[in-house]
Amino acid sequence: MSAVDPHHRPGAEELLDVTDPVGAVSLIDQADHHLAPGVAPASVQDTVHRAAATPHQAQPYRELGLKDDEYARIKEILGRRPTDAELAMYSVMWSEHCSYKSSKVHLRYFGETTTEAMQATMLAGIGENAGVVDIGDGWAVTFKVESHNHPSFVEPYQGAATGVGGIVRDILAMGARPVAVMDQLRFGPADAPDSQRVVPGVVAGVGGYGNSLGLPNIGGEVVFDASYAGNPLVNAACIGVLRSADLHTAHASGTGNKVVLYGSRTGLDGIGGVSVLASDTFSGSESASGSTARRKLPSVQVGDPFAEKVLIECTLEAFAAGLVVGIQDLGGAGLSCATSELASAGDGGMHVTLDAVPTRAEGMTAAEILSSESQERMCAVVIPDKVDDFLAVCARWEVEAAVIGEVTDTGRLVITHHGETVLDVPPRTVAHEGPVYERPLARPDSQDALIADTTASLARPQTGELRELILRMIASPNLCSRGWVTDQYDRYVRGNTVLAQPADAGIIRVPSSSAASGAAVVEGVDAKDDATTVRGIAMATDCNARYTMLDPYAGAQLALAEAYRNVVSTGGVPTAVTNCLNFGNPEDPAVMWQFSQAVRGLADGCALLGIPVTGGNVSLYNQTAGVNILPTPVVGVLGVFDDVTRRILPGIGHEDGETLLLLGETRDELDGSEWANVVHGHLGGVPPRVDLDAERKLGEILIAGSRDGMISAAHDLSEGGLVQAAVEMCLAGETGARLVLPADTGLDAFTQLFSESTGRVLVAVPRTEELRFTEMCSARQQPWVKIGIVDAGNPAGPHLEIQDVATFGLGELREAWEGTLPALFG
Amino acid sequence: MTGPQTGPRIGVVTFPGTLDDIDAARAVRYTGAEPVALWHADADLRDVEAVVVPGGFSYGDYLRAGAIAAQAPVMRVVVEQARSPHRRLPVLGICNGFQILCEAGLLPGALVRNAELRFICRDQWLRVENTSSVWSTRYEPGAEILIPMKNAEGRYVADDAVMDELEGEGRVLFRYVTEGPQRGATNPNGALRDIAGICSADGRIAALMPHPEHAIDAFTGPSDDGMGIFLSALDAITTGDLAGAR
Repeated sequence: MSAVDPHHRPGAEELLDVTDPVGAVSLIDQADHHLAPGVAPASVQDTVHRAAATPHQAQPYRELGLKDDEYARIKEILGRRPTDAELAMYSVMWSEHCSYKSSKVHLRYFGETTTEAMQATMLAGIGENAGVVDIGDGWAVTFKVESHNHPSFVEPYQGAATGVGGIVRDILAMGARPVAVMDQLRFGPADAPDSQRVVPGVVAGVGGYGNSLGLPNIGGEVVFDASYAGNPLVNAACIGVLRSADLHTAHASGTGNKVVLYGSRTGLDGIGGVSVLASDTFSGSESASGSTARRKLPSVQVGDPFAEKVLIECTLEAFAAGLVVGIQDLGGAGLSCATSELASAGDGGMHVTLDAVPTRAEGMTAAEILSSESQERMCAVVIPDKVDDFLAVCARWEVEAAVIGEVTDTGRLVITHHGETVLDVPPRTVAHEGPVYERPLARPDSQDALIADTTASLARPQTGELRELILRMIASPNLCSRGWVTDQYDRYVRGNTVLAQPADAGIIRVPSSSAASGAAVVEGVDAKDDATTVRGIAMATDCNARYTMLDPYAGAQLALAEAYRNVVSTGGVPTAVTNCLNFGNPEDPAVMWQFSQAVRGLADGCALLGIPVTGGNVSLYNQTAGVNILPTPVVGVLGVFDDVTRRILPGIGHEDGETLLLLGETRDELDGSEWANVVHGHLGGVPPRVDLDAERKLGEILIAGSRDGMISAAHDLSEGGLVQAAVEMCLAGETGARLVLPADTGLDAFTQLFSESTGRVLVAVPRTEELRFTEMCSARQQPWVKIGIVDAGNPAGPHLEIQDVATFGLGELREAWEGTLPALFG
Repeated sequence: MTGPQTGPRIGVVTFPGTLDDIDAARAVRYTGAEPVALWHADADLRDVEAVVVPGGFSYGDYLRAGAIAAQAPVMRVVVEQARSPHRRLPVLGICNGFQILCEAGLLPGALVRNAELRFICRDQWLRVENTSSVWSTRYEPGAEILIPMKNAEGRYVADDAVMDELEGEGRVLFRYVTEGPQRGATNPNGALRDIAGICSADGRIAALMPHPEHAIDAFTGPSDDGMGIFLSALDAITTGDLAGAR
């Protein structure tokens, strides 16, 4: 490149040529980019043959995270010591992240509690990339939440961005078109100095990747708590839609079928996940590139959403043309994971030639190629006759692709590099037969003291102090508007967003083109008229980790109850559940107790509600300096609409004089509440009572009410209680209301306004429907109380009046509610 | 394309990284016209009577938003036919499409990073300043419309001479509404003279940063105010009056 004239102005042809980050030029022919097979590298490669000949060579297995007995087991499986490449593959696949070795024994409980009736709608469940549920008319939905916590603390922007990228590829690998994303974020205190680094970075990363990818962000959570200060939680969710018949799962069947690696090139980035790969004791890493230190790149990978966008379109086009037998995304553990999982889920073995893998760096070792977590890559199994067509689709989208191997009937995963065999293993021992731990668990002694420390001793405000308290509460970091976050996310792209933040659940109209129409995908433009399609899906995710700290079993059920209530508040029918279980150090028996309790609570709750858990994700070791995060089992509920035009919105004001009804029972339940947190910095006592039968009944009423057009607005009550819901409904609808708190409840105004009793929803019903709706509630023993009216005609402008408590102009409420995050983060 | 269509053919361009093509096609379809997919690598406009260059991140915004797409084979034909006094092809650029039309030299000025240096997605009030362009005859003069905007580089800038020329020739098509009680009634990004959209002197080539294709029904958007843009073009094509109502 030294001959380049610095004054040369590139012409159009050259400009087009620089569009090469995904390999726009000479995509397929990579012959001169790496060493030809058979050419030995500068140093000696650790082959299977060499491993057998040098049984006593010391290996850095402990540095790679393997225990003595795990290393011994690998030797037993192989009948010799592992090669460097094998050691790299086993160590990463047997890591907590990939093998679920601490959580597996508990996660089995989800399967044990899933009844046949619950399974009826499941097309694919736990164990696949993402669960798939049938939503009728031949349509299916796949959805999943995944964590990217630790990278997002190290490098907030890229950690969050690649978190979105990874979950989207999981959904794509099911054969679905990704249609929406959500994000569940938890940070340290909003005013902590480090939040200035982490919060804007994570939000920009989620937005920067998702926006560029063209997926609407339809909701999520933002929670601040001191326990996340050194360990933020960045969970990302994706929803995909497919024709049931097009379901693709990760498997490699059919001897002779070709394995194609496509997408971005494989580089040295992301190897930090197994960082000691670059350690000096690791043989084979001294190559022509120089010292090991120089080779080490940042362990957080850098995302390229453009590469992912073309990868999506390319993959969907290949699906639509029937070119794919099996498919697997490359996420954590890269090719190690993809090859071992594809092979072990198929019916035989696999042979892979690493020399065929397009790389970004010269002289990468086999272990490095296998362990690289370079982003935006997929692996497809293609029958030989279709390989040319598949490569042509990749070329059309300017996606680099290479045939790296084929399916065999040997029952072994065999990998060669420079013409030598560097890996020869039974694939199931890597992917599925890793270690399983029954870690000790124990309810901590401190739990009793925590429960005994209730809010009964905390000073409660007088009625005269409520006005000021209401303004303080709606402006507090966990209750204020999330607009500063969500306004950085595209919620409109693809034109099917029915409801996004601020709302109870995100709603997407099911687009009729999706992955189904080959013609539409090839054309690049949705060809079918989706105006006729009214089917829709809703998704909500929730978790109150404070409740879960007080009672992990109930806390997981409360998370389920709230996500369920969010979905039914829009009129959606809850259909399936996913989760992302974020916990502390599994080697702490108290954490394993929290984990096991939460899993049992969630599974038992799903069985009660009759909706299956279709998948999930576990993130452990979320701790800072020995202090664990609050247990945070994020629960996602998917809802379905036969007719999404019947959805219920949260904003009031469709017509003047609507009646406001509070459904459900209010009790004095302030332990673990946001009030206790904001005013007293207190966490103790017993969380609100969870009653899943009541939640289900409430859901049936809301769904019936939406189908029959009896409800004009609805919003669930959760953190912050009744007053929070009322304020949000007024602001969403830019319409005022008058509330009259019932006098006969035995609860004072403060408790009625701020209690966090569950199973409650505030609904607005047109006057003409009031009698029919309340009679339906009474007939079904649903507790309800008339609590106010919508007031659209106040001559002084829209106000929220809470009789005998306070009156607010909506401008005053909006200023308090919306001002907090911009004031903190600019 | 499926199904019988009787309306005029309107092209929608897809580059690698284009995101809002299906939305633009849907908006075209809602008018009764036939959306025709145009592929970036094909120097072929497939007999369309107008072209929409939709939003997204063509080529990942590498180099500079719109810079690479402006040189794509399909864009060279679009530029040629838009400039041809015989062909007089109407062209609409939306968001990244606006950036591309500026990079291609069809419209003056440039779109730079928003003043707050952030991606902004919000429902935005616009005032229609010119109701005689091919793309705006359906609006009343001074009408205020609610259209989503979503971009990180949407701040319109040009030198004073260009600005004065645009103003003098009535080529400011849409301005951000900056007063009034409604939410979304401020200049969101520091665009000079509150400019949200401009057009060519004859009103045939137009572009705006907000997304009218996301405001074609109140079920999925904040309004259906965006339909006016697409219906205006349909009127112009149907009547053959490609200089608008001038």
